[in-house]
This record gives sequence, structure tokens and C-alpha cells, in this order.
Amino acid sequence: MIAFILRRLLQSIIVMVAVAAVSFTLFRFVGDPISSMVGQEASIADREALRDSLGLNDSIISQFLRFMGDALQGEFGISYRLQMPVTELILQRLPATVELALVSGTLAFVLGLSLGVYTALKRRGILSNLIMTGSLIGVSLPTFLIGVLLIWVFAVELRWLPSNGRGEVVALGDWWSTGFLTHSGRLALILPAITLGLYQMTLIMRLVRAEMLEVLRTDYIKFARARGLSSRAVNFGHALKNTLVPVITITGLQLGSIIAFAIITETVFNWPGVGALFINSVRFVDVPVMAAYLMMIALIFVVINLIVDLLYYAVDPRLRVDRAAKAH
Amino acid sequence: MTTEPNPTPKEPSRLYRMWDSDLAYAFRTAPVAIAATLVALIIIGGAVFAPWLATMNPFNPAELNLMNGFTPPMEPNAFTGETFLMGADNQGRDMLSTILYGTRTSLFVGAMAVLFAMVLGISVGLFAGWRGGWVDSALMRVADVQLAFPAILIALLVFGIARGFIPDNLRDQLAIWVLIVAIGLSDWVQFARVVRGATMVEKNKEYVQAARVIGAHPVKIMFRHILPNVMGPVLVIATISLALAIIAEATLSFLGVGVPPTQPSLGTLIRIGQSFLISGEWWILLFPALTLLALALSVNLLGDWLRDALNPRLR
Amino acid sequence: MAEPLLSVRDLVVEFPTRRGILRALDRVSFDIMPGEVLGMVGESGAGKSITGAAIIGLIEPPGRIASGEIRLKGQRIDNITPEAMRKIRGKRIGMVFQDPLTSLNPLYTVAQQLIETIRTHIDCSEAEARKRAVALLDRVGIPAAARRIDDYPHHFSGGMRQRVVIALALCAEPELVIADEPTTALDVSVQSQIIEVLKDICAERGAAVMLITHDMGVIAETADRVAVLYAGRMAEVGPVREVITEAMHPYTAGLMSSIPTLTQESDRLVQIPGAMPRLNAIPTGCAFNPRCAKAFGPCTVERPELIAQEGGRQVACWLYDEAKRREVPHV
Repeated sequence: MIAFILRRLLQSIIVMVAVAAVSFTLFRFVGDPISSMVGQEASIADREALRDSLGLNDSIISQFLRFMGDALQGEFGISYRLQMPVTELILQRLPATVELALVSGTLAFVLGLSLGVYTALKRRGILSNLIMTGSLIGVSLPTFLIGVLLIWVFAVELRWLPSNGRGEVVALGDWWSTGFLTHSGRLALILPAITLGLYQMTLIMRLVRAEMLEVLRTDYIKFARARGLSSRAVNFGHALKNTLVPVITITGLQLGSIIAFAIITETVFNWPGVGALFINSVRFVDVPVMAAYLMMIALIFVVINLIVDLLYYAVDPRLRVDRAAKAH
Repeated sequence: MTTEPNPTPKEPSRLYRMWDSDLAYAFRTAPVAIAATLVALIIIGGAVFAPWLATMNPFNPAELNLMNGFTPPMEPNAFTGETFLMGADNQGRDMLSTILYGTRTSLFVGAMAVLFAMVLGISVGLFAGWRGGWVDSALMRVADVQLAFPAILIALLVFGIARGFIPDNLRDQLAIWVLIVAIGLSDWVQFARVVRGATMVEKNKEYVQAARVIGAHPVKIMFRHILPNVMGPVLVIATISLALAIIAEATLSFLGVGVPPTQPSLGTLIRIGQSFLISGEWWILLFPALTLLALALSVNLLGDWLRDALNPRLR
Repeated sequence: MAEPLLSVRDLVVEFPTRRGILRALDRVSFDIMPGEVLGMVGESGAGKSITGAAIIGLIEPPGRIASGEIRLKGQRIDNITPEAMRKIRGKRIGMVFQDPLTSLNPLYTVAQQLIETIRTHIDCSEAEARKRAVALLDRVGIPAAARRIDDYPHHFSGGMRQRVVIALALCAEPELVIADEPTTALDVSVQSQIIEVLKDICAERGAAVMLITHDMGVIAETADRVAVLYAGRMAEVGPVREVITEAMHPYTAGLMSSIPTLTQESDRLVQIPGAMPRLNAIPTGCAFNPRCAKAFGPCTVERPELIAQEGGRQVACWLYDEAKRREVPHV
């Protein structure tokens, strides 16, 4: 068990170092950091002096090590565009994105799982076919279009819900601001959460359905039926549990990617989160923000991956033997 | 189930055999697949023949009449008396013509991106599967890590990096190609995985070993023996990828980091249309949105059907 | 004669496909007496497993029972509600599948699966069910059953897993056990032990066994009677010794001569020429006629019915129809 965790941790660190290398390459070689920091009129001598003082003339290896050291302390430099420390910019906007991702992730998981199980069990039912066709529309509808259409119907025509912003937020301590506690904050969350969650929900649903159909065909399910277990016990006790094993991995990663998908939703709804920050950094080639965002997403991905692995380990008894044997 | 109760031992024609094949039968009996094909063909045809079908070139300022601005669909304009099937936008462009040209851009970027992803993915897959060893593990680890990140994020990053390298004055000119590479790079992994798997299996079969022994060139072996085995799955992935690429392009253009404003795609049109929602000119948004949805949905349905048809276990 | 435990009459099972309806079973009839072991033999695709699935009510859709009757102690079970059928499965008819590696749910311990099954059919406490489960595992020959019961299936070897499967099939004391190729997936070294355990434990409890296999050797050692299926039709039914020593149906005769024995004089196995027809291309008349050395006039025209013969035997072959033979004298 401990060997297994250590091995996974080591792998995670390798991934993080690789992503850091990509970020560093971005940071160092895309555009010219000097011209972003000084005006057009700076002399060549001035530039050279700045290069020296920033350490840009040191060896690449020592620059990379310094970058890593700074990154570990949460230092990503100053945004070219906004002239503010990148870390502060991201921390300011993180609560908005996290709250949005949490709500839509929960929505996607709960609905996706129940609809997937339903359509797998009632495979030939009319409602199932309707849901499956609907889900294809869901997959084909680009996220931004869902957002735009929802705004049209619920904000412009019906005027029920706000079309942009977070509504009123309440500060919780120094670092967090929440929209959960105010009425306008909760209202503002509805449309973005649906927009962000719908696509993920569709994917989870289709995955659960496919896996469950696969499990329902196995011998142990046939044998469970042949022993006269009730269909409830067969479907939920046996089939669902076995379905969940592969579903956990993919769903975990899916939910992790919600943070990245938030880029689109945040743009559509003017949601003041990190995604909107990132898209502007791409537009204006604001490299420090891009690099920091990449590192942040990679960190989230690695952490979720670790959690998923541990969950997997807890659910599937076979791994406890196989993995332990492999680790030795 | 393949033996025909055919009393005359006449060899059926090639065309007849294609018509009678399981895939063709599955197609003939699937109304959804037929409808999806029709819709896709109509949209693709409209895009390909846009210069001949459109009543005007919406991007030639000489053909525009600002007086026609905001004409609702099917209603004559109050000043000029002109009527537009799908209305006109703020600058008096015929929406239908604009959509035909927009779809042209969307489809071009989507198809080129899939082609790029396919060539890259198949090459990497063949190479990794054939060489094996550390080359294979290294390439597949890269693929795994990339697969964990959403394609749209990869595309955005590639796009952002490319913009950093390209001088300002060339950005608009090269934007479409940058976009194609960005979307293609975000989508090669699926192709690579399938091809690699098949290569690993086929490589050890005796006929491939025999071909190697007689000194056939590896590239020739791959094209003659290995690729034909994966055409089915590759076709399925390509179809689904096309839908994804069209959506990705539309998303990037909607976010304002895609095609240049001089060459709008469906995504650009939707972004423009969104700004007229509040003032009530709904047609500037609705028709491009419907076209994008119909295109993505029909291609997706086709891909989905194809996957089921080629994988009869799931039926 | 006593009332049969299971009685199958004119059973027809059909699978609709896009090129027409396939008849997997065509008017199959046979009985199983209480406590007896009936061997069901035939080549793969002859319909043995489908017969088993039909009896226990688990034919995969779109396959279905098109006509005929299945009676358990005189009561129809082919047309009852799914819920009523479910109560019969496991409780009155148990089933053992072919592959023990895939028959057990990998995520549950053996104890969990046994206790769940016992408590589904028998009203008892968890502790009581567990006690029964341990006793049963001990009986099917699992060493240190009380300790190993809490292991997961992947901790057991193939042979041990099949013992667990047998325990699961028998844990609610069914009157009939359908064993579908119970040893095919196992090592040769453990096959006979598993058959032994299955036979003994059923004999102890007075449960009848329908043993589906293509292995005539197993039938010869285990079964009381044997039923031979060919292309979805019953070819011959009779006491095992008689059928083996003097088979009536030419197909059975061919099947028997393919059993290797130590005393056999010829040094190679006799094979029946040709292959069993596909279900969509069954010849008219007797299904076996294209491969039969003794085929004559009526064999290609009219299908022979299963006719009772002396000594409790039944055979579906025109050779045993005096009237037909007289019509065509020169055979």
C-alpha cells in the first residue's frame, strides 16, 4: 500500500516537472520578456542591463531551476497585460471558478450516473431511446452555444435569470469570496452551472451506459440471475458496483477537466474566474499568466489522478494483490 | 448467416455485393443514418458550392447596401424593398450567403485539422507500434498525459504559443493554418492509439514476419498489411473527430482566438449574433447556430452509427 | 413409472435474425426423473446450452420460446411471470456455468455471494446463512473453508472456484441442477474431481442433474441416461450403458466410436464425415441425412419423430420404422 502510494507520488512529480518544463519554455522563449517590460524607447544597453539583472543571461539549466524554485513558492512573475503579480490575479479569481466547477461537477455526476444506469437497464425502452438521442444532441451542441441559447431563453426572453456576472458575493476570510450565500449569487450560478455541466453529464451518462451494458453481459451477472437473486440485487448490487470501477477513473478525470472547460462558460457569462483570465492571456500573449495557468491545471489534474487511484484501489480488491505484487 | 440460398451459382456483381454487405444493409435499415447523411451532404454541398449558390459575396463591401441592415427574415426591407430568406445582419449582408461562406471556412478548418491529426496519429502509431521499446513507451506516455487534458485547452495553448512566435503583421494571414495545426495537435492521440494497438498485434503475425524475412521495406509492410486492418476504427474516429474539430473551431472563433474577422466561420457569426440578442435581432444568431448544430449533430450521428455498425457486439 | 421431475415437450426456441428466423431448438422432448443424472450431449451449436437456458428461463433476447412446454413436477414453468420464475431459479433449479473464472463477481467475497444467495431463498439470519455457507464449502472440498470463505474469488484456483460455483448453485437445495460444460474450462487434472463432487453432493441431497457436455467420457462415467442432440433436434435418448454399447441412431453410433478407449482395436478414431449443418441450412427430412451412411428413401423427405423403443429407449430414425423399411426394401 505505501509502496503503491509512493510510486504514484513519484509519477505525479515527474508529470509536474515535465509540465513545468513546458511552462518554462513558454515563459522563456515565447515573445521577448524584455520588450514586454520596457517601452519601445529603451536603449540596447538598458535592455542588456535588465537581462542581466533578471538572470536571463544565465545558463538555461540554472534559469529552469530558478523558475521551479519560484513556482514552488507560488511565484510566477508579473502579468504583462495587467501589471500585477500573476499569483495574486489567479487567487483572486479562483473562488469563482471553483464554485462554478463544484456545482456543475456535482450536477453532471449525479444526473449522468442515474441517467446512464436507467438507459442501460431499460435498453429498449422509448424513454431510453429519447434520452440517448437527446444525449447525442448534447454532445453535438458546443458548450458556448448552450450558454448563448440559455441566455437567450432565460435571460433575454423570460428575464428569469441574470445573463452575466456572479451576482453579489460575500467575502469569507482573506482569500475566499462566495456567491452561495446571497440570493443573486445563487441565481447567477444557475445558467453557467447548467452550461458547464451539460456536456460532462452527457459524457458520463454515455460512459456509464456503455460500461453497464458490458457488465450486464458478463457471466457473473448471468450466474447471479441463475441463482434467483432479485433483479434489484443483480442490477444494483452486482452490475452497478462493477460498472463503477472503470467509471470512477474516467469520471474523476472528466470532473477535473471541468476547471479547464470553464474557460468557455466563463467567457459566455462574463464570469470573473481564472478561465476568462486565461483566454485573455492567450489573446494578448500574456505569457506569465499562460504559464501559471498551465501549472495550475496540471496540479489539479495530478491531484485528482492520485485521488482516483486511491479510490480505485479501495473499490477493486483485485488491485490490492496485483499492484502490491507489481510494486515489490 | 452469410450463405445465401442462391440456386444459380452466378457470381454477383461487385456493386451488388457492396449493396448486399452487412454494412450497407445496416445503413439501408437505419433511417437515422440516412437522414444524417442527407443533412450532412446538403450542408457540405452548400459550403463547397457557396460562390455559386450565394446571392452575394458577403465580404465584398461593394455588394453590400447598409440600408438593408437588420432586415428580418422573409420581410421586405422598408427602404430598399429587398427580401432575405434568413434576414440580413447589421451591415446588410444576406444571412444565408454569410452562412454558406461561414460554413465553408468551418468545414475547411475542420477537415484539414482532422487530416492533419490523422496523418500525425497514424504515423506516430505505426512508428511506436513497430519500434516498440522505450520509443513506444515515451510516445504513449505523452499521449496519455495529453489525453488527460481537454482538447480545447491544448488547442488554446498551441494557438497562444504560435501567436507568440508569429510576427504581428502575419498573424491574420496565418491564423487559419495556426488554427488547423492547433486543433490537429489536440486530436491525434486517438488515431495513434488504435493504429499502435493494431501494429503490435499484426507485427508478430507470421505473414508479416515472412515479409520481413524476404526483405520487404517496413513502410511497405505497414501500408500493405497493417493499415488495412485498422481502416474501420480509423474511419469511425475520423468521423467523430470531424464533428469535434468543427465544434473546436467554432468554440475558438467564438472566444475570439480563431479565424480572422475577414474570414468568419460559424463560430464568429454566432459571436456576432449574440451581441444583437438583447436588441431583438434574433435571426443573426439563430440561423448560424442552427447550421452549426445540424452539421455537428449529423456528423456525430453518422460517426455513432458507424461505430455501432462496425462493432456488432453492441447491437 | 413415477412422475418425472422435469418434463420438456416439443420445445421450440427461435432467434429472429435479419435473414430470417433461426430455430435453435426444434420440437425437443425429454424427461428427467427425480435424482437421476441425465447427460445431454451433442456438438457445439447443437442446442445443448440453449436447452439449459430455456429451462431456467434465461434465454437472451431476442431469442424466445416459440412453442412447447416445460413442466417442473407437473407445473408449467415456461409461461409464468418473471418474478415467479426468479423464485424457482436457485431455489428449485440450480445452474453451474462453464467458466469458473468469470462466473463469480470479482468485487465480492465468496462469503458475501453465498450468504446473499442463501438469504434470497431461505428465511434465516446472517449468522445462520454463514454457518450453512461454511458447511457447504467444506462439503465441496474447500480446505479451511471457515477461513477462506472471506477471500475474494481471485484468491482461488480455477478448480477451487468451480467448487465455489457448485456450492452457490446448491446453496438453496434445488431439486435439479443444470451443469453446462462444468469442466471444459478446467485443467484435465481437476476435471474428474469436480464431476465427482458434483455427482456426490447431488446424490446426497437427492437432486437430479442435467449434465451438458460434449465429452462422452464424462457421460459414460457419470450419467444414468443420455440424450443426444443434433442440429437442435433430439436424435436418441436412453440408458447410458445401452446407448454406448449399442447405439441405435447412426449419429450416436458415430459419436460413440469417437470415444477413445483402452480396449479399442482400431488404432485411430473414427470420424463422422462432414459437419453439422448451420441452423439456417438444415436439410429437409432427417437433419443428419447428408452425413449418414445408412440414409435411404424417406430420410431426405420426411423428418423422423422420436419413437419409443424397448428398454426405455427412444430414437428418431427411419431405420427403426418397419413400415418405411418395407416401402424401400433394398437397403
